[in-house]
Amino acid sequence: MPGSPMSGQVSLVNDRDQINAVQDLVVEQAEELGFPNGARFALRLAIEEAIVNAFRHGHRGLPDDTPITVEYTISPERINVAIEDRGPGFVPAAVPDPTLDENLENPGGRGLVLMRAYMSRVRHNDRGNRVEMELLMPDEL
Amino acid sequence: MSGSDSRIRVKEVDGVTQVEFIDRNILDEANIQAIGEEIDRIIADSPSPKLLISFANVDHLSSAALGTLITINTKIRNRAGKLCLADIDPQIYEVFVITRLNQLFDIHESKEAAMKAFA
Repeated sequence: MPGSPMSGQVSLVNDRDQINAVQDLVVEQAEELGFPNGARFALRLAIEEAIVNAFRHGHRGLPDDTPITVEYTISPERINVAIEDRGPGFVPAAVPDPTLDENLENPGGRGLVLMRAYMSRVRHNDRGNRVEMELLMPDEL
Repeated sequence: MSGSDSRIRVKEVDGVTQVEFIDRNILDEANIQAIGEEIDRIIADSPSPKLLISFANVDHLSSAALGTLITINTKIRNRAGKLCLADIDPQIYEVFVITRLNQLFDIHESKEAAMKAFA
């Protein structure tokens, strides 16, 4: 029903088709509820970065077919997406700031910066294996 | 120059190697790695590579792609070459601004403007 919250939970392995499918699912539902192009761009980028971080860093050393879980709730006011991996977790504060001059030429470490820049709120659980992101509907469309 | 499974289109114009992406979304790590390897070969083939990468067809770009661009930039600089980026959509340009990579890369509005930077 248009305007009603939509929610779901998806389990996926590190497969590009599965990653694209979950991004499309969330972004298309956001479009149905009226989130504008810029918000959908932000949403797709943040989900991409969070999923890639979960597989590349969170699941380092785990079997390739270890799944992650993506939970989402989309309402006309906000989008909430949580991504949880099965790894030991990490300490977000320990990740070097890639925007500092001395780190600018490091090839990695920009996923968190992008997630924080594009989402209204980003938080990790204490263990560091689950990231929860919230995107509010922009005030002006 | 580009094979059937290539993720980029390549052409030589006035001594500058112009590269365009085939995919609209530069997200897939395997594709990004393949793009990096193709461009590595271009860099290795020239004593002083001049490379212009156009983002004209690109809708989405991940941090993994940014990492590959940084590596390409370093390799070209180490060979006394020059890298320019061009045709970046405003939404994608914002990604460069947020990460401050707009200060690392030589970015131009269009291929034509970038070509003048090689002159």
